[in-house]
Amino acid sequence: MALDKSIYDRWHNSEILLLGGSAGSFKLLFHLVQTLPSNLNKTVLIVMHRKRNFLSEVEKLFAENASMLLREISDKDKINRNTIYIVPANYHTLIEKDYSFALDVSEALWYSKPSIDVTFESASEVYNDRCTAVLFSGANQDGAQGLLKLRNAGSLTIAQSPEDAIMPEMPQAAIDLNAVDYVLTAKEIYELLKK
Amino acid sequence: MAGKLVMDITSQGLTTEQIAELIDLVKKVHGFDFSDYSKASLKRRLTRVMMIKKLTFYDLKHKLVNDHPFFQTFLEEITVNVTEMFRDPSFYKALNMQVLPYLSTYQHIKIWSAGCSSGEEPYSLAIMMAKAALKDKSFIYGTDVNTVVLKEARKGIYSFRSIKTYAENYQLSGLSGSLTDHFTTLYDAAAIHSDLKVNTLFSVHNLISDTVFNEFQLISCRNVFIYFETQLQEKILDLFHRSLCPHGFLCLGSKETIRSDVFKKKFKVINQKENIYQKIGS
Repeated sequence: MALDKSIYDRWHNSEILLLGGSAGSFKLLFHLVQTLPSNLNKTVLIVMHRKRNFLSEVEKLFAENASMLLREISDKDKINRNTIYIVPANYHTLIEKDYSFALDVSEALWYSKPSIDVTFESASEVYNDRCTAVLFSGANQDGAQGLLKLRNAGSLTIAQSPEDAIMPEMPQAAIDLNAVDYVLTAKEIYELLKK
Repeated sequence: MAGKLVMDITSQGLTTEQIAELIDLVKKVHGFDFSDYSKASLKRRLTRVMMIKKLTFYDLKHKLVNDHPFFQTFLEEITVNVTEMFRDPSFYKALNMQVLPYLSTYQHIKIWSAGCSSGEEPYSLAIMMAKAALKDKSFIYGTDVNTVVLKEARKGIYSFRSIKTYAENYQLSGLSGSLTDHFTTLYDAAAIHSDLKVNTLFSVHNLISDTVFNEFQLISCRNVFIYFETQLQEKILDLFHRSLCPHGFLCLGSKETIRSDVFKKKFKVINQKENIYQKIGS
């Protein structure tokens, strides 16, 4: 699928970039964090599945290599632009109508806490059509329902091409659910987001 | 407000107005006030109850008014009862190193685990106190609004699946031995040793409507504030401040901080990362 004018327009009009990834997505997200410019004028929110109790290492590594400001989330923190947030491990991250974060320790979904679905769905209710969301490689079905909610609200939804993903199941689940506007390779996704 | 209109139509869940209606109804009929709960979470929980119980918005309203026993079920589903033993092992490590030496100087150590759910946190604290040879002079109160989880807490029996996770946490907390040293195994579950239940008391307490009931050296209230809006957090911080002895300690969840300027002056930060505070003044 080509990067047409429409996709660029929708990306440029977004206020928040939502990135969801699980197994096989770490390198892709790390690369993105390194390349996103500090004057992006958007919020970047990363929902990444990972082990509990080993949270700070990922944040530290990402923070050291990002050109944008990277902040850890505390409950009720206001959401800023030009900032990358990584949702904390062992919590679900929701967004309130006043554009602040709300954390939740309730049951894991798809064996995952953080759940991509929970954050994506919550973002769709607050930002409506002002999101760009990308679902990367992963070995379960988290994110598909959330991406569908975003698409129904008019946001731009993208899945990494399953052939391009180390673990195709997660982006494939979103495609099967008809939750995706564009299916792109990691290279095309980088190309889009850096402009 | 075009944006809001779009949201109410496209999201299949409850509208802001419907949530307000439910909050109002529960307050009037059951005297339980959810108005200062964080809305994003509350909406998720309400939607979840409707899904699990297969209720429409109107069914839910009808049941809340006419089916009194249903309210207890509703309360169980709305409040989040997920907890772990030794959740955030680094917190227990900090507590052990920075707070226990101070607590050990007291004749009696009274601890309040507020929002204790099925008892995992009070029992974690009991194990930690036992390890530090302070258990005999400690008394641990566990409170929650939910009577069903308190029954579980009093039993102190947990599934093997949970115990496995808790044991991993325990290993990372820096305590010697292993978690299973403190449990007797049953068929598919494990029961906490009865000596750890001595000097523990579980009872109903509602942080929103109930008041001070004792004076404590340590209050732990972790991952409860995330469900409350900031003005309600302040009200409860005041309750905690009044419930602590001079120089008593307050522990919040690892992602919960004291935001209010008034209370920042009333509590000294002992550990920024783990959100451990100490009461200043009286």
